[in-house]
Amino acid sequence: MSVPVQCRHDETFVLNLGPQHPATHGVLRVKLTMDGEYIVKAEPVLGYIHRMHEKMAEDGNFAQFMPNTARMDYLHALAYNHGYCLAVERAAGIEVPERAEYIRVITVEMNRLTSHLLWWAAFLLDLGGFSPLLYAFDDREQILDLLERITGSRLTYCYFRFGGVYNDIDDEFIAGTYAFIKRLRSRLPRLYHDLVTGNIILIKRLKGIGMLSKEQARRYGCTGPVARGSGINYDVRKNEPYSVYPEFDFDVPVYNECDSMARYMVRMDEIEQSMRIIEQALDKLPDGPVRAKVPKILKPAAGDYWASVETARGNLGHRLVCDGKKNPYKLKLRSPTFSNLSCFGEVAEGMLLADALAFMGSLDLVIPEIDR
Amino acid sequence: MSIVEETRRALLVLFPELAAVEEEARAAAQAEAEIQAAEEAAAAEKDENEMDALLAERDAVRLDAESAKQSVAADEDNLEAAEQEDPAAEKKEKEPEEEGPRENGIVLTDHASRGTDIDVFCDPDQVVAAAGIMDEAGFFLEAITGVDWIKEDKLEVIYDYNQYGQEQCRVVVRTFVSRTEPEIPTIMDVMPSADWHERETHDFYGIRFTGHPNLIPILLPEDADFHPLLKDFTP
Repeated sequence: MSVPVQCRHDETFVLNLGPQHPATHGVLRVKLTMDGEYIVKAEPVLGYIHRMHEKMAEDGNFAQFMPNTARMDYLHALAYNHGYCLAVERAAGIEVPERAEYIRVITVEMNRLTSHLLWWAAFLLDLGGFSPLLYAFDDREQILDLLERITGSRLTYCYFRFGGVYNDIDDEFIAGTYAFIKRLRSRLPRLYHDLVTGNIILIKRLKGIGMLSKEQARRYGCTGPVARGSGINYDVRKNEPYSVYPEFDFDVPVYNECDSMARYMVRMDEIEQSMRIIEQALDKLPDGPVRAKVPKILKPAAGDYWASVETARGNLGHRLVCDGKKNPYKLKLRSPTFSNLSCFGEVAEGMLLADALAFMGSLDLVIPEIDR
Repeated sequence: MSIVEETRRALLVLFPELAAVEEEARAAAQAEAEIQAAEEAAAAEKDENEMDALLAERDAVRLDAESAKQSVAADEDNLEAAEQEDPAAEKKEKEPEEEGPRENGIVLTDHASRGTDIDVFCDPDQVVAAAGIMDEAGFFLEAITGVDWIKEDKLEVIYDYNQYGQEQCRVVVRTFVSRTEPEIPTIMDVMPSADWHERETHDFYGIRFTGHPNLIPILLPEDADFHPLLKDFTP
């Protein structure tokens, strides 16, 4: 005779999610207090891949920190290159030639495409769909091949220099980029949107799940697609224009639904906007040098400087404190996902575990960037 | 009024002396404007008298005088508006970015060369009030960090605030704490995002945020008793 299982709601248990769990994409651990399938309390535990980049910055001179910048957000490494270069150029008063600015924008936006494509693939893998990964990686490989031609690496780029970029782009790169954009444009509607975005299973898993209100997003300092999915029209490229972004015509996608689907849609729309920017930049690409003459050892004037850029995950800030010597006195890295993840505990409360994982995926976490 | 000016005025609450000085300057400017306006009005009246002599019809004179008075009043308004903006500009010139020890106060910085717009320097016990003002003005917390000024034997604590508006306004709130007893009240009750930022700053600099309920290592190992970003740290 079978006895029905009695559920006791005053009994909770602790579940360790991670640090090695495929859904946490890296080494993030979340300590979950569970009541059956429901989360009572969620507490992210960070620091498993902490490397103290800020101390490394203080040890070497300005140029020596450049390779480190790519090792934080390895999915959008060029944005970190860009942010650090902007901070140092602001401190040292270095002017960047126009062609170099255009090349920076082109490569950063291509890197943003790879980041969003990989997020899309990994996010759907979390939700149980395997084939989208193959499509996204197919497209991503094309960009990586193009970037490898000019930067020399496929993931941890160290392509930007103070006052420009390391290498000029060539005709083959330009032709290849045009061809890639044409290809992705033709694949987006069928392979991405028809197959996945309109899929009823995906919609059921994302619509109305992981509600992050506008006020919550502000109080936790969320930026990037997470904030834009909560109806906040904030994009550093528009709000605090840097480089040559003001010369391009592009939109900032904003969704007011505040759920995981809204964040998904923001990123899908951003893929299209990035392609628009790349096309315009390639059309308008000016001639000229790609690197200004900059002394090998920089000694910026004492003072502190801030520079922000928009990475695939939000507002990346560098606070550079100089004391007139050849190494940074202090470098603070404001990583966007660190703030974006901090709302997880509050939002995940009372959620089903499976929904919380979908919500976590929609935050687009890159753990080495959080831990630095 | 630009958002930078609006925020600056909101932050003046922290510094009653500065606010008083500014209020005085504004009052003086207003008084001056009034005197000027009175003089102008007198001049206008003179015109009126002349007109009186010239024009025979009284009704026409009255109409003219009234319109003259109206325009004087309008001038007065304009003057006042112009004077009100002046103190800010004056202040900007008066307080250059000095190299030595800074006094408490608010400095407007150039966004193009610094990346920030308003630089606030206050006492450690004022950071909670500053956070409250920023929260009310709709700002979000970008970062909290420290700087170890080992030669001056003090630690600097820096709070960065930013907002989502289309107009740029980044506010820096900074304060000094002693290197031997680094303590500062937590702003977590006002800004929940400060939780992790304060834990990180405690990790790296050993600054104790009093009132923080969970000041345990966040990025360092859970048993870490060292603070790697202090300049005298040796691994």
